[in-house]
Amino acid sequence: MPIQPLEDLIVDFNEIGVKDRLTLLLEYSDNLPELPSRYKDHPDLLERVEECQSPIYLFVEVDEANRVQLFFSAPPEAPTTRGFASILHEALNGQLASEVLGVDEDFANRIGLAEAVSPLRMRGMRAMLHRIKRQVREKAN
Amino acid sequence: MPVETDSNAKFLEYATPEVLVSTEWLAANLNTDGLVIVESDEDVLLYEVGHIAGAVKIDWHLDLNDPVQRDYIGAEAFQALMQRNGISRESTVVIYGDKSNWWAAYALWVFKLFGHPDVRLLDGGREKWIAEGREITRQVSPVNKSNYPLVSRDDSPIRAFRDDVLAHFGNPLIDVRSPQEYSGERTHMPDYPDEGALRGGHIPTAASVPWAKSAGELGVFRSRAELEAIYLGEAGLKAGDNVIAYCRIGERSSHTWFVLNYLLGFTGVRNYDGSWTEWGSLVGVPIAKGTAPGDLPVSK
Repeated sequence: MPIQPLEDLIVDFNEIGVKDRLTLLLEYSDNLPELPSRYKDHPDLLERVEECQSPIYLFVEVDEANRVQLFFSAPPEAPTTRGFASILHEALNGQLASEVLGVDEDFANRIGLAEAVSPLRMRGMRAMLHRIKRQVREKAN
Repeated sequence: MPVETDSNAKFLEYATPEVLVSTEWLAANLNTDGLVIVESDEDVLLYEVGHIAGAVKIDWHLDLNDPVQRDYIGAEAFQALMQRNGISRESTVVIYGDKSNWWAAYALWVFKLFGHPDVRLLDGGREKWIAEGREITRQVSPVNKSNYPLVSRDDSPIRAFRDDVLAHFGNPLIDVRSPQEYSGERTHMPDYPDEGALRGGHIPTAASVPWAKSAGELGVFRSRAELEAIYLGEAGLKAGDNVIAYCRIGERSSHTWFVLNYLLGFTGVRNYDGSWTEWGSLVGVPIAKGTAPGDLPVSK
């Protein structure tokens, strides 16, 4: 089953020009949800994404119904990284663990951002997805 | 007509004071004719988050590197880049950016590959401007396309290739990477993605001077005396030395190139942009490991 928010996001990005994709990424960056206080007060619980140029931390919860909740923390001086995190949040938060595990590794290439930010920079998003899946695998019921 | 230079007393100590402007100077010259402000950052979205009013954006990945070959853009792409950003050959260009002007210095170095006459850095860059509470905006000002001549890139004065490095042994090399990269403990910067090198270590005889040593609080360049203590004192450079600086892909070392060339007045300083991602994967070249510079290689 394709994940609908993820497919919608791919359409949103691909139906606009390359310049506008950067603007849309900025919107995502601005709207990255804040960490709830249980993580704000416990940064030790978060996992650092080493592959990203800027400090970004993430944490995955899987609830009793096997739905995935994602939490990210990245500083305002790292808007691209925040944008990537926010896109993953929009696409995957609340989805079933099995569906998140089934997300195509190629997802980062399908949203057309490589042309807007350069292919090298997309590595950060792939690394985040990889780490999200690993945590989901560890925590799924 | 180049825009008047900044007569800030700190800059007057440097070998080439006119390559720096202060935040005060820039704030007073935002609307000066003939001045183009360029922001160049590591993060491709930082300009969009807010920039100095009227500044244009030049991105090192998207604008300065050739999209296919590992090289910088050629004459036509540089001409087009200048024109769409409203820069003419006579423009005074002030570049600023994040991380102590690391990427701004890189952009300046590329401008100099094309011999753009008047390019300056904003001392302290983006960090200092914002720390001082100066205004930034998300508004992108319309740019009037300029005429810029087709100028061929002239690498030889400031850019070193691997064969130049091999021929350079016996002259000083400065390795500006982190101590862990220098010793060979790791092949990339701590906390940064691995851009790939098959071996760890450094070019034999290179002195280790991490690039950020030249920047002080709020990313400003250290004073002439402090810089001399670092490069002439600790690193052992002598006046008249012919120096090559390198890092991982040539960005951090362009910052050191700027310091050695403009602030300390060394002539003929070159940046080896192939740097460790090339040298650390080249077949048959000598490498030293550990914290010592290592011996001068003997030809086999």
